[in-house]
Amino acid sequence: MATRAPGRPLHGPDPATPDRSVGAASVIPGFGLTMGLTIAWLSLIVLIPLSSIFLRAAGMGWADFVAAGFSPRAIAAYKVSFGTALIAALVNALFGLLTAWVLVRYDFPGRRIVGALVDLPFALPAAVAGIALTAIYAGNGWVGQYLEPLGFKVAYTPVGITVALIFIGLPFVVRSVEPVLADLSAEVEEAALSLGARPWQVFARVILPAILPALLTGFALAFARGVGEYGSVIFIAGNMPFTSEIAPLLIVTQLEQYDYAAATAIAAVMLIASFALLLAINLVQAWSRRRVDG
Amino acid sequence: MTARPATSGAARFALIALAIGFLALFLLLPLVAVFAEALAKGFGAYAAAIAEPDALAAIRLTLLVAAIAVPLNIVFGIAAAWAIAKFDFPGKTVLTSFIDLPFSVSPVVAGLIYVLLFGAHGWFGPWLRVHDIQIIFAVPGIVLATVFVTFPFVARELIPLMSEQGRDDEEAALSLGASGFQTFWRVTLPNIRWGLLYGVLLCNARAMGEFGAVSVVSGHLRGQTNTMPLHVEILYNEYNFVAAFAVASLLALLALVTLILKSIVEWRFDYQRGGAGH
Repeated sequence: MATRAPGRPLHGPDPATPDRSVGAASVIPGFGLTMGLTIAWLSLIVLIPLSSIFLRAAGMGWADFVAAGFSPRAIAAYKVSFGTALIAALVNALFGLLTAWVLVRYDFPGRRIVGALVDLPFALPAAVAGIALTAIYAGNGWVGQYLEPLGFKVAYTPVGITVALIFIGLPFVVRSVEPVLADLSAEVEEAALSLGARPWQVFARVILPAILPALLTGFALAFARGVGEYGSVIFIAGNMPFTSEIAPLLIVTQLEQYDYAAATAIAAVMLIASFALLLAINLVQAWSRRRVDG
Repeated sequence: MTARPATSGAARFALIALAIGFLALFLLLPLVAVFAEALAKGFGAYAAAIAEPDALAAIRLTLLVAAIAVPLNIVFGIAAAWAIAKFDFPGKTVLTSFIDLPFSVSPVVAGLIYVLLFGAHGWFGPWLRVHDIQIIFAVPGIVLATVFVTFPFVARELIPLMSEQGRDDEEAALSLGASGFQTFWRVTLPNIRWGLLYGVLLCNARAMGEFGAVSVVSGHLRGQTNTMPLHVEILYNEYNFVAAFAVASLLALLALVTLILKSIVEWRFDYQRGGAGH
């Protein structure tokens, strides 16, 4: 079963294919053209524009950078962004694993539709998800009207932010775990069972270790996406500084007040955080490839 | 699916019910809510909200932006996948990570970088003003921001696919006297068509639905620089909920069409791979 998703990790060249000639020495034409196009386009659209953040931040001077990038309001916004993204990613790790398990292991009516529905957050624009979730969880909404009398407010609180980030992040976990779960060989589980292991022992000792790298990758992708998410969050967040203001919104607010320095400093801090996450994801994948190959 | 140690019936039922319940609450309910809210005041109000001139302008702008951004990323994605998958060179992993970079950048930061370059106080701001070129708060900025956020979609679908397919087919065609372009058109393109379509679908959905990055560079000029998601935001903030959800429902329909086409592509793709002795 070849389940494919944008969250899927990119693999390097297939180790099974023999190593062949480098670059222009191959009989296949077009290396210069396609490579030139790739590097030029990548530099113009991504690398040069992104470096503008760091060049601007470097031009600010250390004291100004810290004052703007780590002001009390900015630190509160980082706490909201990273905290809600962490909780949402943990929920998604649990329910994403459950969803992947149910989709791979069980046959039930509507399985294909459920499988397609998992990708909804990749296809539904963030702003649409944002206003829909707000309508559902507001005090007079479909779900909110039952929660609010119980003293449980979702919309316009950090809980609402977490709900939006659960929506956004779920497919990353499901699509990371699903192919690995499908490729697990049945023999190992059967052997464990025949040796007297209980089903939960098989899960904890045999299945979980095998899918752990994929689960961690999905968790990290969902977390990284949640930290930077904007469109689905701002409608449901309440956007009160120090309590429910996310870091991307603070960037927009500073920009609207023409405080470019503060916007740049906060963006630089967020970029460094997301590069660190990207590095962590790559390390997890390298670790899992070594485990598979070794 | 192979014969596996069966979970007991009750446990299986509980797990399926829990998963479906979770998905229904977190994924299906928002989708249903969009259409329910859009039709809350009847079909007449719904149609009027969509036929309104500013809404039509937003629809036109969204289509225009996607019509520019998606083909650009198709050309780039194919070129990048060709260079990375068909040739060996040092730094391949680094290049692949760079292509993925826009996925890990907050959409707001994606908008900000173009403001820092082309905005009134940006690096090229004075030069652009002298030459009377407007990028930020205008359509070019919206296109740039959209290209940035949709940059990896096509490339990252094609790179693993073309790496897996190797070079044998192309080398055979070339040794039989086909030109490079003929080889690409007749051999490579048919081999990658489902993967390409898959990437284009996701790229297009994101291009039409992008909010954060476009919001930063757009300036929110009604009828001029408002894409559909931005128009939804404005209507929503004016408490014009029916109109907001009506325009949003068009984007939700786009998402549904994307999901359906994607399922078909996946099915064809599995079939093709299965037929190839996978």
